[in-house]
Amino acid sequence: MSNTMKTVAIASAVAAAMTAQVTTAQAASKEKCYGVSLAGANDCAAGPGTTCAGTSTVDYQGNAWTLVDAGTCTEIELPAMADGTAREGSLEELERDLPA
Amino acid sequence: MTVSQARFREAVLDPAAAVPPGLQDGQRAPAGNRFSVYRNNVIVSLTEALQTAFPLVAKLVGGDRFSRLAAVYVREHPPKSPLMMHYGVDFPAFLEGFAPLQHIGYLPDCARLDLLIRQSYHAADAPPVPAERLQCAPEDLVTLRLSLAPAVRILRSPWPVHDIWRMNTQEGAPKPRPVAQDVMIARPGFDPAPWLLPPGGACWLDCLGRGLTLGEAHEAALAETADFDLAAVLTLALQSGALTDPTTKDG
Repeated sequence: MSNTMKTVAIASAVAAAMTAQVTTAQAASKEKCYGVSLAGANDCAAGPGTTCAGTSTVDYQGNAWTLVDAGTCTEIELPAMADGTAREGSLEELERDLPA
Repeated sequence: MTVSQARFREAVLDPAAAVPPGLQDGQRAPAGNRFSVYRNNVIVSLTEALQTAFPLVAKLVGGDRFSRLAAVYVREHPPKSPLMMHYGVDFPAFLEGFAPLQHIGYLPDCARLDLLIRQSYHAADAPPVPAERLQCAPEDLVTLRLSLAPAVRILRSPWPVHDIWRMNTQEGAPKPRPVAQDVMIARPGFDPAPWLLPPGGACWLDCLGRGLTLGEAHEAALAETADFDLAAVLTLALQSGALTDPTTKDG
């Protein structure tokens, strides 16, 4: 194979691989969803009182997260809070439902 | 207690050895039974650690037989480090020389696969190479260097190790084909998994890992496998997060 041919072969393989990657990467990814895990069932979180997996002490604790399929975090159905405010999962840490 | 560590250790690992003299219980009576319990616990816990560490081998060999096999191994190769996550590095080589299981020729490579998956699990995180790095002029692609993520491991086996792994871990997987298989272990998210490499793929990844350029690695893989399919291996490597960018390495 000539050098030009080799260059073309590599370039087209890279292009093919990148196209394939875009379609599958999105399907497989997970994201951290805050405020949806039951007490003791979080994957991991930062912050006082919740140093790692399974340490959340309150249901739907706002600074504890669970890995969920990408794009589904805010659609998870959660019961409303005591004062009637709706709960939603979030990709960012939340201020609600923190342990006393 | 008035017994040397060397003596104690020797007796712990040898079921036929006498209780080391000088061991006493709380009432200053000889602690024979207590030592036996301890000796048993050491072997049982190491056996359980080995079983957890080598799930494929344990499944292939079977629970009872694995326990007997492990009892021999843990006495011959007690842990050299207190980090149990690294225990069992000598197990594949041990299996190669273990006469009663010589007839299962693929067993040592299955142990290697178990071991590499575990190493991959404990390897450092690394961000996968960003797509922009590959969006460059064809001439620059040829001289581009990529690194392998710390969690990547490659196993080249004369046995169909990937098929054997699949059949023993996935429901309804097909029977292993009688072929040699190269496997790449990578960790795209939090859990490592083995992928079957197409012919030449192991050679190509190995070249990248040694710091060769995309062009050089491609040439080496073609020399080994005339119909080497770069797109297939590259797709696999990108999807599994196996490639990193050496220029953005921050340790």
